[in-house]
Amino acid sequence: MKLRILYFARLRERFGAAEESLDFDGTTAADLLAELQARGGAWAEELAAGRAFRMAVNQDIVALDAALSDHAEVAIFPPVTGG
Amino acid sequence: MKILVQTEAFDLGAEIDAIRAGRTDIGAIASFVGLARDLNEGNGVAAMTLEHYPGMTEKALAALVDEACARWALLDVTVIHRVGRLLPGDSIVLVAVAGQHRGEAFAACEFIMDYLKTQAPFWKKEETPGGERWVEARASDDAAAARWKVS
Repeated sequence: MKLRILYFARLRERFGAAEESLDFDGTTAADLLAELQARGGAWAEELAAGRAFRMAVNQDIVALDAALSDHAEVAIFPPVTGG
Repeated sequence: MKILVQTEAFDLGAEIDAIRAGRTDIGAIASFVGLARDLNEGNGVAAMTLEHYPGMTEKALAALVDEACARWALLDVTVIHRVGRLLPGDSIVLVAVAGQHRGEAFAACEFIMDYLKTQAPFWKKEETPGGERWVEARASDDAAAARWKVS
């Protein structure tokens, strides 16, 4: 499936990208994370277990077992700090 | 209901006038305005930049206003959140809630702010003497939002 992935705030800076398109063979948000972690470097560091970040699919926060669908908009970002 | 994400400043008085205009059923309006401080975590802050997730931000704010309306009998709600670069003393966020009585207006105003702090996708980056830094989420904000959970 094809995914559009968005990164915000500290993660956007660490990954050097605000968004990317990805051909993805997995099924869940956890599968996607594993694929991104496997890139190593900042990806492995920022997305390691125990690090605080959130994932949203089509603009709703999801848990790691959430299923992804073709053309989904996935976002990965740090805990929010507005207000 | 009015939900805006904008770079421009807002006028609390004008927003309250807009809520009141042409109606006589409102008995109470509670409002909150959040401001940019010049000090955080012991460091001077010269400016901050607010980033957000266009699309999700508006959706998340609408969802938390809907949740407030489900919990309390509210007559109107305005939420305005600024983005972009702000200086100390600038306003960041406005929440105004109208109801028949003060109880629901006060409660819903606090509820919306507590949920906004933990649910709406905004991020602050501060300019300090030591350089730029992303503001870290606070456990006390999670605790504030958790108070409203139905047990």
